[in-house]
Amino acid sequence: MAHRFSLSETATESGVRSLLSQGRARLVAARVPDAWLGTIELVWAEALNNIAEHAYAGLEPGTVHIDAVIEGTCVSAIIRDRGKPLPGLTVPVAQLPVSNGPSESLPEGGFGWFLINDLCESVTYRRQNDENQLSLIIHPKEHTA
Amino acid sequence: MDLQSTETNTTLIITVNEPRIDASAAIRFKDSMRALTEKGPPQAVLDLSKVTFVDSSGLGAIVASMKQLRPGQRLDLAGLTPDVAKVFRLTRMDSVFVIHDSIKNMTQQATG
Repeated sequence: MAHRFSLSETATESGVRSLLSQGRARLVAARVPDAWLGTIELVWAEALNNIAEHAYAGLEPGTVHIDAVIEGTCVSAIIRDRGKPLPGLTVPVAQLPVSNGPSESLPEGGFGWFLINDLCESVTYRRQNDENQLSLIIHPKEHTA
Repeated sequence: MDLQSTETNTTLIITVNEPRIDASAAIRFKDSMRALTEKGPPQAVLDLSKVTFVDSSGLGAIVASMKQLRPGQRLDLAGLTPDVAKVFRLTRMDSVFVIHDSIKNMTQQATG
């Protein structure tokens, strides 16, 4: 039996925290194993942070929606916003920033898309009717230690 | 950002008393860390045992805190909870820091 839920908040830092907190409560209510929650929250946090920081950068923060479906060992979500499109209308090629150099050169960012791609079974982006739609499919069981 | 610091004669222990180091907290965390480590001893340890969530912004803030140190000053990490340890492992940032199981084990090793 599939569980579904939809959540919406304004795409600010506190809105993102609220969405993640509400999302976690809905996942728990849908009996998602505790061991999966960290992975799901991390993926959604990275996607939502990107929207708050980049999609609505320079704009009045708009709304971001999550439509989630949990079925068996699969957690999928479509995250939608009406901010700026992804450059090139495509998911960035996510390379891990290099961290073996001297301390001054250690990366402080660029990990977000890497984590999304690493933890998701699939990541799909579509721009439709002035809306960004990011579709994320997670198989959390494969990422639990 | 609720950071609590304790100094032994060799080590500055900074305990994060909040459950999340995320996009919302990243800048405050960095600023608080700078203030705490600026005049502190050469060895500092960040006790993350109460932190259950770190995203890439939080990770970046922790790295930035290390980069803010004086030459010769060092920041170790302790007490990483499983989800937090995973973020460091996936991004290979676990090789950048010395990571202790717990503050307790660290101090026992130092005196044992």
